[in-house]
Amino acid sequence: MNGWEAFVTIVGLAAITVVTRSFFVLSERELVLPDWVRRGLRYAPLAALAAVVVPEVVMSQGELVSTWQDARLFAVAAATAYFVWRRDLLGTIVTGMLVLLPLKLGLGW
Amino acid sequence: MNSIRALARHPQFRAGAKDMSGAALGIAAWGLVTGVAIVKSGLSVPLALFMTFTVFAGSAQLAAVPLMVVGAPMWVIWATAACVNLRFVIFSAQWRPFFMQYPRRKRLALSYFTADLTYVLFMRRYREPREGEGQMEYFYGGTAVNWFSWQVPSVVGIVLADVVPTHWGLGFAGVLALLGLTYSLLSDRATALAAVVAGGAAVAAFALPLRLHIVVAIAAAVCVGLLIDASGGNAPRRAQVAT
Repeated sequence: MNGWEAFVTIVGLAAITVVTRSFFVLSERELVLPDWVRRGLRYAPLAALAAVVVPEVVMSQGELVSTWQDARLFAVAAATAYFVWRRDLLGTIVTGMLVLLPLKLGLGW
Repeated sequence: MNSIRALARHPQFRAGAKDMSGAALGIAAWGLVTGVAIVKSGLSVPLALFMTFTVFAGSAQLAAVPLMVVGAPMWVIWATAACVNLRFVIFSAQWRPFFMQYPRRKRLALSYFTADLTYVLFMRRYREPREGEGQMEYFYGGTAVNWFSWQVPSVVGIVLADVVPTHWGLGFAGVLALLGLTYSLLSDRATALAAVVAGGAAVAAFALPLRLHIVVAIAAAVCVGLLIDASGGNAPRRAQVAT
């Protein structure tokens, strides 16, 4: 792919960002969502997050992890404990990384 | 200029910025790793910079770049990005009531900035549009912090791709940010069960191409949530809606 083609591809990708993110706000016409859809969609944010997080923690190379010697598992346990204790997002991230980095760099997990 | 200053002083703008700041470290680590990955996959630095400032969608960028490098047809690349972005189509249905007060051009501009975390934090705070609550100021505050904490590290990653140590697992900070946000959305038995189902479905459907496992997981969790609602097993939420 030459520079010009890559440029056009990227412009198209930007357009896709706009179109997908604005999909249901584009039309002026009344959008009638059935009541069950509106109620159901309330679970969408949570589901999207869990769908990203869980595979990132328990899978590697498309397979479930088969060893407990995985730095991510301990990092998540520590981060979870911190969240339950303080309910604070920044502290949760820092705690998890403080557990992850030594295990990964020190023990190679 | 004055209106921007007034906006920055608005208490809801600050609240939005503060809520997003909690996740900023995770967003930043993730942006950095994405920037590095895009250059390491073979995209030139100028094109990578152009991409990060226009496309502004990390997982679509990560999916598209390897295809661009091997010279896949443009429509394949675009179709891939559209599938990876399908979740935003679902999210846009929920943005609609909040944005419809504006003309279409402004709705497009606002939608462009509705990234994942902007969506999650906003919807956690507001159930429905209401005047005088400063909802849009909250949106702008979160969006401003989200944009900078993504773009600045992305640029650093793109420019310094050869020296940033990716084997440290820095990108996991992004996962931890999402983990904390997930916990903050758990309010009762129904949400907890929906999260477990979504996580399980995502793992089970992980082999699907184009990150479609995320769409499958959303569908599964929405179904379970509706079933619990219908069976009346989610009394606190019902009471909330009734008031």
